[in-house]
Amino acid sequence: MKNFLRNVRIIFLKDVRSELRTRYVINSLLMFVLVTISIIRFAIGDEKIEDEILTGLLWISIFFSASGGLARTFVKEEEKETSSALKLSASPTEIFVGKLFFNLVLTFILNFLILILFILITEYNIKNPLLFISVLSLGNIGLVAASTIIAAIISKANSKGTLYPVLSFPVLLPLLLTVINATKLASAGINSAEIMGEIRILVSYTVVVITVSVMLFPFVWED
Amino acid sequence: MNNIFKYSVFVIISLVIITGIVLPIPNIPALGDKARVLYFHVPMSWISVVAFVMSLWYAVRYLKTKEITYDIKSFSAAQLGFLFCVLATATGSLWAKFNWGSFWNWDPRQTSIFILLLIYGAYFALRSAIDAEEQRARLSSVYAIIAGITMPFFIFIMPRLVETLHPDPIINNSGKINMDTTMLIIFLTSLLGFTLLFLWVMNLKVRLELLKYRKSLKQA
Repeated sequence: MKNFLRNVRIIFLKDVRSELRTRYVINSLLMFVLVTISIIRFAIGDEKIEDEILTGLLWISIFFSASGGLARTFVKEEEKETSSALKLSASPTEIFVGKLFFNLVLTFILNFLILILFILITEYNIKNPLLFISVLSLGNIGLVAASTIIAAIISKANSKGTLYPVLSFPVLLPLLLTVINATKLASAGINSAEIMGEIRILVSYTVVVITVSVMLFPFVWED
Repeated sequence: MNNIFKYSVFVIISLVIITGIVLPIPNIPALGDKARVLYFHVPMSWISVVAFVMSLWYAVRYLKTKEITYDIKSFSAAQLGFLFCVLATATGSLWAKFNWGSFWNWDPRQTSIFILLLIYGAYFALRSAIDAEEQRARLSSVYAIIAGITMPFFIFIMPRLVETLHPDPIINNSGKINMDTTMLIIFLTSLLGFTLLFLWVMNLKVRLELLKYRKSLKQA
C-alpha cells in the first residue's frame, strides 16, 4: 500500500513536471478558455441574460475546455513514445490513479479560472456560494473520472481528436444533466431535497465510474 | 432444425401482422386505433435493450477469456441492436406525429432512446478507428462496459427532468397489466415472434462474421 501511494505520487509529479516544462496544455487551454469566454461575452452583448442560461453556458465552456485538456493525458504518452517506459516503471492501477489526480488538479485550476472569468464578465449571480462550489467540485470529479478512461481508450485509436467528444458525450450525459440542474438550483439559492438528490446521483456516478475504470484500465493499457 | 425455426418465425410474425391490423381493439381514451403500434413498437424497443445487454455480456466474456468469438458475438449483437433501435425510434416517432403532433419533442423516452443510439454510434466509430483485430476487440469491449454502466443512471435522472407523456400500459407504477385479453395475446405473440426473429438473425450474423474472420486469417 505504501509502495502504491509512492508510485502514484511519482506518476503525478512526473506529469506535473513534464507539463511545467512544455506548458503545452496549460498555455493552449488558457487561451481556449479566454477565447470561449470572449465569444460568450460578444454573443451576449448588452443583453441581460437569465442565470439559468448562464449556468448552461458555464457548463458548455467547462465541458469543451476539459475535453481539450483531458483528451491529451494518454495521447501524449503515445505521441512521445514514452508509454512503454511508463509500462515498465509502474503497475496499470498506479498509472491510472496518478493520471487521475493530475487531471483532477488540472481541471480544478481550469474550472475555477473559468468561473472567476465568468463572474467577472457576465452578471452571474450565485446566491448560495458554498453549495455552488461543492456542486461544481463534485461535477468536476465525475467529469475527470469518466474522461480519464475515455482518454486512455482513444490514445490507441486512429482519429484521436474527433473521437474524444463522440465517445465521451453519451457517457458524460447523465453527469452533465444532473450537474447542470444542481448548479442551476445552487445559483438560484434553492437548498431543498431536490438538490440533495442530485448530489446523491453525482456521488454515486463518480464512485461507479472510478471503480469500473480502475477495473478495466489494465485491459486498455496492456499491449 | 434451423428450417423449422425459420418457418415458425415466419408464421408467428405473419399471424401478428394480420391479427394486429384486422382484429378490433377496445376503445382506449386518447389512443384509439393508434394503440396498434404497440404490437410492433414495444417488441422493437425490447429487442434493442436485450441486444444491448447481450453485447455487454459478451464484452465481459471477451475480456475474461480473450476469445475472439465473444468479440464477434458482442459486435453482432450491437449491430442488430442498433437496427432494432432505429426501428423502435422510427415506429415511435411516427406514432408521436399522430398522437402528440410532432415527430420529435424530446419526451424523456425519446431522449433515452436517442442516448442509446448515440452509444451505439460511438461504439461503431471506435471500432472503425482501430486497425489491429485484438486491440479493437479489447478497447471496444471496455467502452461498451463503461457506456453500459452509466445507462442505469437515466432511470433516476429522466423522471426528474420532465413528465413523460408516453403511455405505459405494460409496466406501470401499480405493477399490473391493464390490457384487453385479445390485445395481450397478440402482443405477447409479437414479442415472442420478434425475439425469435432476432435470435435467428443473430445466429446467421455470427456465423457470417466468423466465416469472414477465418477468411481474413487465411489471407493473412
